[in-house]
Formats: sequence, structure tokens, C-alpha cells
Amino acid sequence: MTQVLLPRALDELWDFLEEDPNTAVYSGGTDLLVNLRGGRINPSRLACLERIEEIRGVRDAGAAVFIGAATTHTHLLENSLVSSEFPVLTKAIRVLASPAIRNMGTIGGNIVNASPAGDTLPPLYALDAEVEIVSRKEAKRMPVSDFIVGPGRVRLGANEIVKGVWIRKAPEFNVRHFEKVGLRKSQACAVASLAAALSLSEGGKIERARLAWGSVGPTVVRSAEVEEALLGRELEIQMLAEVARLVERAVSPIDDVRASAQYRRIVAGRLLLRLAESGCKN
Amino acid sequence: MKQAIALEVNGDTYEVLVSPNQTLLEVLREKLGLTGTKKGCDLGACGACTVLLDGAAYLSCLMLAVDAVGKKIVTIEGLSQGGELHPLQKSFVELGGLQCGFCTPGIIMTAKAVLDEEPQPTEESLKKKMAGNLCRCTGYKKVLDSIMGATARMGGER
Repeated sequence: MTQVLLPRALDELWDFLEEDPNTAVYSGGTDLLVNLRGGRINPSRLACLERIEEIRGVRDAGAAVFIGAATTHTHLLENSLVSSEFPVLTKAIRVLASPAIRNMGTIGGNIVNASPAGDTLPPLYALDAEVEIVSRKEAKRMPVSDFIVGPGRVRLGANEIVKGVWIRKAPEFNVRHFEKVGLRKSQACAVASLAAALSLSEGGKIERARLAWGSVGPTVVRSAEVEEALLGRELEIQMLAEVARLVERAVSPIDDVRASAQYRRIVAGRLLLRLAESGCKN
Repeated sequence: MKQAIALEVNGDTYEVLVSPNQTLLEVLREKLGLTGTKKGCDLGACGACTVLLDGAAYLSCLMLAVDAVGKKIVTIEGLSQGGELHPLQKSFVELGGLQCGFCTPGIIMTAKAVLDEEPQPTEESLKKKMAGNLCRCTGYKKVLDSIMGATARMGGER
């Protein structure tokens, strides 16, 4: 690696990327630095996205909210629009890594890094977020679930970057839940996590359900079968325990240093039971 | 290829030649001789290398030195004023907030960032905000006592 570039505008970035196709971009760098120093990646140059104003901050666009890729986790945690519209995202960021990492790491970095254990990803899947991808010539949007194709693998072409993420406001969801199981309370990589957005009728019946599990498959897992099984039901423990068996079948975890596949499978199902606490009131 | 950069550390400007892949931690320790900032895990997992950048806690092991240009960097060496230890440092000394001391600079820098933002934290809030700094000796009780002791001593001041 021979040079670190610090562009201040997208136009400047495109020039850098076209000059040398082996230029890697980063935003936060908390994962990239570890890989760089471990010799697992060896780009000829690095371009840091954090100074590009166009891709920083949170913008209210009426029916949706745009979050710039280079927005730090700390910024999102302190943003009142995010915490009022998307509390499930705020809850996840609150337990993401440590305060210092949250000062450095960004939501775009978390998305493009595409770790199955990335803590912002289950909320983004549950919120049906769309990733905005830009190059010098075009801008396009894609659901985050299409963008991420495997661990560390995303649909990003040469000379393209993620500009940010769009999330539709969804006030009809009155239960917003996130829980992460790790080996310690903080600074923990998820063994399994669940983000859920549900809308309950006045009578307590589930009218809409979106659930997403982290760390129990090559990508975040959503299951139409599980979501449909919840519809029309009340949030009570017996029902959730039944549906938890479907969850165990829907996930595809692996064994690693943190937990066995079997443990992850069981925990993924059991995470559902916590929703019973939201049943009586939300 | 090395490049010349200027870093503002503890109020002084240092002009240094660095390699693009050198971390801020390495440059602080090896080029500037500021060895108070410690290299623990070098992976962002322990907090020993914590420094302040524009007032916020950053891990200097996960940051390239060239990326720190233009920011105000404060390390543990920058806390004392006119030969007088910072109230946090005094409190750690008096209340025994350390044993081997290796994690202490990082802990004190994080605590400084916490108290600058929230001068009178509850113990619960303090625990959450200190969660990224590991200590393998103390069991944290005296660490937290020392920070809480400093809040009393500082009376809400920085």
C-alpha cells in the first residue's frame, strides 16, 4: 500500500478510482485495518470516504430517511429522527462493539463488510432498507438483502461505492425489538441476534411481521414461512415456542470459535420468545 | 513511499515522515516517543490504545496516522497541566485504580471523554461507556471508584 487518499467530494473520488483500479475504499476502517495489517488484503492505495460531505449524515426525505454511508454509529445513536422512526436500529447500535469503535465505524462500512454478525444488518433487513449505489455515471437502489450475497460479498462493481441507505418510515410497526446474544455484554461479536418489527392490532393480533436473524447463516436470515406463521396470532409464549421450531429449520448456522451451530440454531428460535414481553402492551 | 505529515498532539504540532500504512498508535509511540499510549491487542478489542480525536475516544491502533491529520489529538501525556496531574490521574493514584497499569492510559482517556460529555454520570451509565476498555487485574471496582472519585473532585469541571 503506497498511498492513502482523503477525497472531499465524490468527483475527486471517481478520479482516484479511475487512476488505479486497485484502490480500495474504506469508511471507518475498523475492520479494514485489521485485515490490512494481517496481510489478508493488499490494495495498492486506499481512499477514505469519511470526508465526503455528500455521503454523511441523516436526511429526512418525507416518506423515507436517507442515511449517508459515512455516518458513524455514534452519530446515528444520537440522531433523534433515527431513534424515533427506527428504534430497532438504535437498539442494535447501542450494543454494537464499544463506544470508541462506534465513534469510528460507519453504517456503510458495516453494510459493505457484510459480516453475518454485523449488528446493523438485521435491523436493516427487518426495515426492508435499500442500498444506494453510485458511480460517476449512475445511481441505483437495491434491497439490502439483494446487495449482500454472502459473508464479505456484495454486489458492488468496479468504481462503484455505497452512497447510503434508504429506509421507509413505517409507523404501523408498533413493536420494534432487537436482542443480541454474545459471549459478553459489550464488545461482543453476535452468536445470534434478532431484529423484529411487528404491527399489533388493538386486540393484540399480529397484522404484519418482519423478522431478521444475524449470525445464523451466511447472510442475515429472513423467513417468509416464519413471518406468515405469526400473522393473526397473539404474542404469547406458547405460540412463539411453536413458531421457534420453524425458525430452527429456517436458519443455517455454522460452528466457530464462539458457538456451535446447534447452539446457534436453538438460540435463534428462543430469541423469538422475548417478543411475548411486548404482547400485552408495546 | 514515506510522506511528510503534520500532526497536532497535545497542543504541539509535529512534522513527521510516515508510511501510509502506519497507524496513529505506531507513530505516537515510535516516531514521537509518546509511549504512554499502549499497544495491547492491536485489533481494536482492548481499548489500551485509546486517545482523543477532537474530544472523542478513538482507537489509535485502528486508525492510519495520515487519517489523523487536521484533528486535535490528545494522549495521556497531554492531560497534566503545568506539572500538575489531571484530577482523573490523581484519583486513580489515590484510590488505587490500577495494578499493573498497562490499561490505565486508555481507561483514563476514555473516562476523560465520558466526563467531558457527562460530568456526573451514574455508575450504570459509566459502566456502559467504559465497556470498551479491558482490565485484567483490577476487576474494575477500583477503576469505577476512581472515575467516580474524580467527578467529585472536578465538581463538574473539565
